[in-house]
Amino acid sequence: MRIKTRRNTPVWLIAVLPLLSIGVAFIIGAFFILWAGESPIRAYLALIKGSLGSTFAITESLSRATPLIFTGLAAAVAFRAKFWNIGAEGQLYCGAMAATLIGTGMIDLPAPIMIPMLFIAGAIAGCLILLVPVVLKTHMKVDEVVTTLLLNFVILLFVNMLLEGPWKDPMAMGWPQAARIIDNGVLPTIVAKSRLHLGIIVALLMSILMWAILRFTVWGYEIRAVGHNQQASTFYGISINKSVLMVALFSGGLAGMAGVSEVAGLKGYLTLTLSPGFGYTGIAVAMLAQLHPIGVIISAIFLAAIYVGADAMSRTIDIPNYIADILVAISLLSVLVGAMLTRYRIVWGK
Amino acid sequence: MELFEMMLTTSLWAAVIRIATPLIFATLGELICERAGVLNLGIEGIMTIGAMAGWLWVYQGGDLWGGIVFAAIVGMIFGFIHSMLVVYLGLSQHVSGIGITLLASSISYYAYTLLIPFSTTPPKIVPFSAFEVPILSSIPVLGQALFHQSALTYLSYILVIITFFVLYKMPIGLTIRMAGENPVANEAQGINVLLIRTGAVMVGSALMAIGGAFLTMSAFDAFYFGMINGRGWICIALVIFASWRPGKAFLGAILFALFEALQVRAQLIGADVIPYQIFSMMPYFLSILAMMLVARKAAYPKALLIPFRQGDRI
Amino acid sequence: MKKLQFSEICKSFGSVVANDNISLSLGEGEILSLLGENGAGKTTLMNILFGHYVSDNGFIEVGGQKLTPGSTKASLDAGIGMVHQHFTLADNLTVLENIILGTEPLTRLWSQKKQAYKKLQELSKRFGLVINPDARVADLTVGEKQRVEIIKALYRDASILILDEPTAVLTPQESEQLFKVLKEMVKAGLSIMFISHKLNEILEISDRIIVLRHGKVVGEVATKNASKESLAEMMVGRKVTRPAYKKLKKGKAVVELNDVCLKASEGSTSLNNIHLKIHEKEIIGLAGVAGNGQAGLASILQGLASPSSGDFRLFGESLNKYNPTFLTESGVARIPEDRSKEGVIGEMEIWENFLGEELRTKSKSGFFIDKKQAVSNAEKLIQEYDIRCEGPFASTRLLSGGNIQKLILARSLSNNPRFIIANKPARGLDEGAISFVQQQIVNAKSKGAGVLLISEDLDEIFELSDRIAVIFGGRIHGPFDSNKVNKNQVGLMMSGEMKSDSIYEN
Repeated sequence: MRIKTRRNTPVWLIAVLPLLSIGVAFIIGAFFILWAGESPIRAYLALIKGSLGSTFAITESLSRATPLIFTGLAAAVAFRAKFWNIGAEGQLYCGAMAATLIGTGMIDLPAPIMIPMLFIAGAIAGCLILLVPVVLKTHMKVDEVVTTLLLNFVILLFVNMLLEGPWKDPMAMGWPQAARIIDNGVLPTIVAKSRLHLGIIVALLMSILMWAILRFTVWGYEIRAVGHNQQASTFYGISINKSVLMVALFSGGLAGMAGVSEVAGLKGYLTLTLSPGFGYTGIAVAMLAQLHPIGVIISAIFLAAIYVGADAMSRTIDIPNYIADILVAISLLSVLVGAMLTRYRIVWGK
Repeated sequence: MELFEMMLTTSLWAAVIRIATPLIFATLGELICERAGVLNLGIEGIMTIGAMAGWLWVYQGGDLWGGIVFAAIVGMIFGFIHSMLVVYLGLSQHVSGIGITLLASSISYYAYTLLIPFSTTPPKIVPFSAFEVPILSSIPVLGQALFHQSALTYLSYILVIITFFVLYKMPIGLTIRMAGENPVANEAQGINVLLIRTGAVMVGSALMAIGGAFLTMSAFDAFYFGMINGRGWICIALVIFASWRPGKAFLGAILFALFEALQVRAQLIGADVIPYQIFSMMPYFLSILAMMLVARKAAYPKALLIPFRQGDRI
Repeated sequence: MKKLQFSEICKSFGSVVANDNISLSLGEGEILSLLGENGAGKTTLMNILFGHYVSDNGFIEVGGQKLTPGSTKASLDAGIGMVHQHFTLADNLTVLENIILGTEPLTRLWSQKKQAYKKLQELSKRFGLVINPDARVADLTVGEKQRVEIIKALYRDASILILDEPTAVLTPQESEQLFKVLKEMVKAGLSIMFISHKLNEILEISDRIIVLRHGKVVGEVATKNASKESLAEMMVGRKVTRPAYKKLKKGKAVVELNDVCLKASEGSTSLNNIHLKIHEKEIIGLAGVAGNGQAGLASILQGLASPSSGDFRLFGESLNKYNPTFLTESGVARIPEDRSKEGVIGEMEIWENFLGEELRTKSKSGFFIDKKQAVSNAEKLIQEYDIRCEGPFASTRLLSGGNIQKLILARSLSNNPRFIIANKPARGLDEGAISFVQQQIVNAKSKGAGVLLISEDLDEIFELSDRIAVIFGGRIHGPFDSNKVNKNQVGLMMSGEMKSDSIYEN
């Protein structure tokens, strides 16, 4: 077996690839549904109805997509530079903690100032925590995969500690959760009678911003160069360390903003179950979008729809809603294979 | 002072060995993969599904060793998938590994939820029971700790020795190490690098799965969601800390387990003053610290992470 | 019956015909040279022999028996041993481990190391190849590594030995040593195929020469009837032209290294008290065996490393800023050693690689990329230098080696640099590209640049340089006037066997 480079890649293939991957996931997922003794067609129809079948469903999917756009961007930017930030989950909680610290009564300012402040605080919190693995990597050559991952566990324990201790809301009847974000800090709903809030607008803006940076700026060139070839980047005079640092700041900041969005927009207060793995799902989002910042918006919506749909589906059909995670994981692996097939052909024999 | 006295008790060291066992299996497993040149970030997911599969086998009426074999086979299947993606297709080992972890974990939870009716306390099985090794268990202090354990723990000791022997004394071990250092050399001798790497990844994944199964079939007797709790990731750090050597991997696992065991006991002592979560964080900080200590001089297998394309002439 | 026979071997890759109906044979106890420039098809033919590729047509016979195609094991079992151009050794393992790899069945339970030691000792003695089985390969010199490669083949009881460009990395003296060993091997019954593009050596060592060009056999001649010129013409198909050498009056010093030292790091040995002055309008050729400090020196001159002590003066000013951007801005052209891995970013588009070194300097705002200007500049240079590509937006990884080098030359030389550091610029290129590259360098010198040419090819150094220096053990000997020193002396200095004070210094 031999792998040959394609001389040109049909553009339509690149655009359609994420859809094909999700399609493959649905086909393989059907076997799991059959295993549960249910009809895949019925199940998928219920899933589609539950995610896109009504205005409420659509707003739910979009709300679910909001944090995924942020964490998807975080992963996309980092992975572009081959900086394996698997710590978006923890950075998200850091952002949520920052929002809770500032937004639960410490200061009270008019909403147009308060809200951006919360986002900035969350971004800074996300950046700062990611700085630790970054510095360890640039100065001590410590691989960032393990450090970012392990910090997730540390941060969750820390949140746990705060919620059982100093941040425990006395008015929450014993549940470990923090105080509510004050009114001026809450992200307003943008569609009436739904949970869809301002966060999605911020997410979309960040998408466009990241795209512009990667495409038009010197920073973007350096990030992409470092991800492709460190030796040549150094030859060109690009500082690997500075680029990695920049990437980390963007990545950590975006993940932190995801936390702010969930706390101040969706939930209203910090809990341990704020994120059912948004950080990790963000990786699937980024890969499906092939690390393209605008593509992240679309793939986030797709994956969010799968989760929302699976939740709805599992209420009427007896399938564990972990089917959504299975579908997402298979999508991730399929798009990995698919992306490679757009650039290479497999030739059998010698 | 109290802590020091604790160090000398058998019960501490017995706990240490118990905590170390899954780490020994999983670290050896990852070590074999990386020696062949493949990073396997699927470790956390494979340990999860190994835990679930082995336990499920017994729960459905099978015997314990059957469960272990079943867990190993399931692990190998995921190792095979990872290998197809990263060895044959040369895809990103980082992304594929994370995908495998997500896939294996989600399938574990799906299958468990499907097959086990909901109840407030998770159902149990009868796990491996501990037994004494004659003579060796009479050694003061350590004898009871090391040699009064379950069969799986003894298996882990044997595996450390076997892994060392295979890697350094057998021709196939040399081939595996060469696959991780300069696979072109293997090809020049007519050895199929892709097969060697795939084999190594599958064997390594089997060991990881057994490591997970130890938790549900020996240390505890039920399957909890999230029970692996980052152990897989810690093993990735341990492999680097062990310089990819089986003997050092064993010691690293023991050392780590020692701190973990101490941390648990310290929680009881310091509970009023220090929140228990601080203690629970210690294992993770420790792993990061271990990596900091060795990272600069770490002699990574030279071909690690680099896909091998047949006919890759320089 | 011939020892080794290729019959009508054809191999194409897509539309590229690499081997076109090749038939040739190797006789018993013969040293046959296979001559051809880069890209002539020698490597493909060897890959087929070794089972890495399967030919489209034709077959190979070893000692009269048909060779099973596509199986490296079959080739090894048939007695074919190959000494690769790029060593297939693992740095982190020992010499012994590298040699016994693959020689024992994988089902065997215990590696027979004792027997291996014995056999190695015997082979060492018999052929005069001294090695230390327990040494770590990373600690060996290039010459020693080659010896390991050769013993590896002999250990497998090869009766046919193929050597692929073996002298590319050796000093003249080491090459002589190698030839002695080869002659011993022939006496012991081996047949040897010597692949090279170095005419002098081919004429010295072989009994017979076969010339490949564009995938075809274009000539077969007994060595005693061949000459350098006739071979060169067969190899290239026309009269070989090399840039005419013209000595110009050298100008001011452009680069001055005084007492420059550099600590050893991964991939390069240390530099000790380097003194070197390079002037306008001169080419200084730096000869040396790989691993003696060239990499370190090149990285200092390219702005990738700062000296640990000493003074580096560029255009008269002492440097305290060591970064590529500053050097490029000041008028330094850098041609790196590994053009595809270091000189360009394959995954990016061609215009982006033209921009690369001047990314920040060419950005007026310092923030946004001036894409229009960069693209039109790229288009202009693609035209000027005749770079074969599908336009400035094509992916750089689709370019051939020669075209990548053209891109690098285009972007570096188009700014009329005053100093050029060229690190093995013509390595691995075909004749046409080699002429082009060398001409560009000579042109730049006429325009006033000072050039430091690092090369492993002594012929190239002697053809182009005004002065020649040798680097050994991190120190520089010379530079000497190029007509006051000969290849033999340079060779001795390259292997550290001659003190430079015995030659009149310039």
